[in-house]
Amino acid sequence: MIRTYNLQKSFGKLLVLKGIDVKIEQGEVVVVIGPSGSGKSTFLRCLNLLEIPTVGEVIFEGASITDKKNDVNKLREKMGMVFQQFNLFPHMTVLENITLAPRKVKKLSKEESDNIAFVLLKRIGLEDKADAYPNQLSGGQKQRIAIARALAMSPDVMLFDEPTSALDPEMVGEVLDVMKKLASEGMTMVVVTHEMGFAKEVGDRVLFMDEGRIVEEGSPEAVFSNPQNPRTKDFLGKVLV
Amino acid sequence: MDFLYLQKYYGFFINGTVITLLLSFFGVMFGVILGVMFALMKLSKNPLLKSFAVTYIEIIRGTPMMVQMFIVYYGLPKLTGLDFEDLTLGIVAVSFNSAAYVAEIIRAGILSIDKGQMEAARSLGMSHWLAMTNIIIPQAFKNILPALGNEFITLIKESAIVSIIGIHELMYNTDTVRGNTFKPFSPLIVAAAIYFIITFTLSKLLGILERRLRVGDSNI
Repeated sequence: MIRTYNLQKSFGKLLVLKGIDVKIEQGEVVVVIGPSGSGKSTFLRCLNLLEIPTVGEVIFEGASITDKKNDVNKLREKMGMVFQQFNLFPHMTVLENITLAPRKVKKLSKEESDNIAFVLLKRIGLEDKADAYPNQLSGGQKQRIAIARALAMSPDVMLFDEPTSALDPEMVGEVLDVMKKLASEGMTMVVVTHEMGFAKEVGDRVLFMDEGRIVEEGSPEAVFSNPQNPRTKDFLGKVLV
Repeated sequence: MDFLYLQKYYGFFINGTVITLLLSFFGVMFGVILGVMFALMKLSKNPLLKSFAVTYIEIIRGTPMMVQMFIVYYGLPKLTGLDFEDLTLGIVAVSFNSAAYVAEIIRAGILSIDKGQMEAARSLGMSHWLAMTNIIIPQAFKNILPALGNEFITLIKESAIVSIIGIHELMYNTDTVRGNTFKPFSPLIVAAAIYFIITFTLSKLLGILERRLRVGDSNI
């Protein structure tokens, strides 16, 4: 579904990604872990071109999104993204947040998009918040709305950029629950996270990144219980206490 | 100080006020339209558009309004070979002047919006233009409303300068009344009161608009 070839990204002189080759299959949940500054988020943001890779190629559903001839907006419709800071639109209600893109981009009618929104709100247990503004919600609620907003475009893949890192600890669970449900429904997901429990439980595959490279990858059992690379061992030793 | 002359001359003040309001209304309207254009040009990645906007803004801000006024008044008919109404020329000068200031206010407003907003919009498949018009500009507008209101009030007061090209707006007519009545002082008080009523009403209206736009800002 997604393939990257020799993905490299530099900011000025700083080389952040040093050649990433990955293949993400339909229905797979890929969890990306690694220390801060290892390039995890940059890698994820290159997948939907929020960062333009300096070198390399990203193929999504057979089309190269790094090719300027392809319409990146069309491809992004099929790739939902959830941000660490939620990035809800503060001047719009929850319902407007969710229905904006379906209406403006997919040109759905108000009824059609409202229906989609209410189905999604029900799924995340927030149907009573349709008319609330983002600032009236808790962090966990905001992030669940942000997930619903991305899902409203019925994407083929969901990218999560540290979705629980900005949350108070007691709200992490509700967001992870939504993501688990999504995974169990067969959604293809790429998740950058520090939640090792989630990685173990939900991940089909774990990528461990360090200093701009994928240092180790494999099933969660293999990576967590029997890491091969010394950097992985060191990192897991610190986070899995 | 008596105001008995108003019985005879009140029409001058009314007509002058109408022209001042017209001038201000169109000045603000075109000033904002042009200001948005210049702001987007200055923010654009196209070096040609960008340097054009930068140059324009610097020149307007760096030269006196009165000089600009005369340049438009004598230059525009000469340049185009067309005959313009004086009022049209006044509106052109006022709006092109205001546009430079409005552009800077709008640019600052757009830059003040967290870049996550643009990223979220783009990640949903929205084009840069859709994201600008639906997400960034509405939020920026709310943030810059106080500064914009300031600029509008300045524009109304400075529109008095078009009296020098003979437009019969409030200040020009006030001078006429002063001359005709041989009262140098008290007509100025009337003019000041009228300007104040206009700007005070505007600032109250903007205050209401601001409060309306603040929905969604409050926490429970």
